[in-house]
Amino acid sequence: MNQFQYARPTKQKAAVELLAKDPNAMFIAGGTNLIDLMKRNIVAPQKLVDINRLPLREIEKENGGVRIGALALNSVVAEDKLILEKFPLLSQALNAGASAQLRNMATVGGNMMQRTRCYYFYDTALPCNKREPGSGCGALEGFNRMHAIFGFSDKCIAVHPSDMSVALTALDATVLVTGPKGDRTIPFVDFHRLPGEHPEIDTNLQKGELILAVDLPESPFTKNVHYLKVRERASYAFALVSVAAALDIDGSTIKDARLAMGGVAHKPWRLSDAEKALVGKPVSEETFRQVAELAMQGAKAFEHNVYKLKLAPNTIVQALKTAAGIV
Amino acid sequence: MEYKKPCKMPENKTETHNDSRRTFLKQSSLLTALALTPAGVVEAAKLDEKIAEKFEKVPLTLEINGVKKKLSVEPRTTLLDLLREQLNLTGTKKGCDYGQCGACTVHVDGMRVNSCLTFAVMQEGRKITTIEGLADGDKLHPMQTAFIKHDGFQCGYCTPGQIMSAVACIREGHANSEAEIREYMSGNICRCGAYPNIVDAIVEVKNGGQKV
Repeated sequence: MNQFQYARPTKQKAAVELLAKDPNAMFIAGGTNLIDLMKRNIVAPQKLVDINRLPLREIEKENGGVRIGALALNSVVAEDKLILEKFPLLSQALNAGASAQLRNMATVGGNMMQRTRCYYFYDTALPCNKREPGSGCGALEGFNRMHAIFGFSDKCIAVHPSDMSVALTALDATVLVTGPKGDRTIPFVDFHRLPGEHPEIDTNLQKGELILAVDLPESPFTKNVHYLKVRERASYAFALVSVAAALDIDGSTIKDARLAMGGVAHKPWRLSDAEKALVGKPVSEETFRQVAELAMQGAKAFEHNVYKLKLAPNTIVQALKTAAGIV
Repeated sequence: MEYKKPCKMPENKTETHNDSRRTFLKQSSLLTALALTPAGVVEAAKLDEKIAEKFEKVPLTLEINGVKKKLSVEPRTTLLDLLREQLNLTGTKKGCDYGQCGACTVHVDGMRVNSCLTFAVMQEGRKITTIEGLADGDKLHPMQTAFIKHDGFQCGYCTPGQIMSAVACIREGHANSEAEIREYMSGNICRCGAYPNIVDAIVEVKNGGQKV
């Protein structure tokens, strides 16, 4: 690992200024992904600004919803009373990710900022446009079992690995950030970006910006929710496909719905058309099959991930059935 | 979650710790080279390295297994490497070194973490408990006794991490069924496959009602 300077500011303003001064500086919070990447020489910051002493750990009520500080630990958020009561879908998604130890280290902001788990990104001997722009995409015609079926480009077919972000996308969260130009709010659905011509850029966060909090607006989705993650072992593995499903049910009719998928694109994949199609329909497996088909329009597989074209709609149906309580 | 003590480093010291090594080396080598004979220059260069090393290190105070330690570490030293290489606490194991196996599990302020994925300097002021700090003198911790009784290991390499994780699993309240134990112990890999016995050990300690 390269040597780096280390700074530990206690004030938000100082943290932003420290980062702005140095083009090769990075923030570090939990460190569970960044230190991993530094050990493999995939990233080599010259300066680390440790933000763990900034007062950004609170989880509090805000305008009927909840504001979660960027440094709140994944394990703390998952078991927070307010989150369990108002946003159980988020709690389920967090507990589906990583291990108990990692959830004790990883923060909400860091979880959003984690890099892809594409094998080509991690192997410095192989080409990867995300790691080294212009070097090519090894996965495109290589081993692409884990890869995208939506929103990819010819430069990158990697997927975003976060479970938490799939739930936050479905729940209409917003992200509060600060930076050299002041504070601003980014809708969660626009926080991550598609690879296009620049797969080296994962998010729409601008240089030098610091995530302060995630805001969850008041939501009726407190009961009929389910986060279903399909992976290669029962626990502690990244998703092949995951679905965050939330239903607001009146009797046997769907009043409103939220739906997003993970493991299928460069960003959490919100299924807006499927959500709209669910409204007013009866709660039934047939309804769920129809919207799953709609959700899959435009999907395209590569050599080794054709299975996702079948797995993804099946996961949508199963997640919706569990959310609705249909056994 | 609140950490007990906010860092109290003065503002002007928070900024950098090794930014002028090169300048420092250049200047000091030049001065000593002028003052000394060629043989002396070699000695002076050695001295420079020693001084430079001091320059790059960051002071760090940790409480490890109940003992307060004042240390000096390079920022890139992981908590795991500090424990094993500098403090000779080799009970905590380095398995994968990438947060995938759990062999390096320790408690920081009572929470289980992977010590390979955090820099030691980030833990300033925290209380660290390693496997060496679990027993009460010669009296083993109930989880250690249960692992022996149930053969919760074969080669033993993952065992310190398994035990630290198992203790935390019960303290957190995540040991209420075998299924829950398996889920909340999934961050600790055992290549020998002692999982059923590990689960038995945890169930026994949980049901035994002893203080963990």
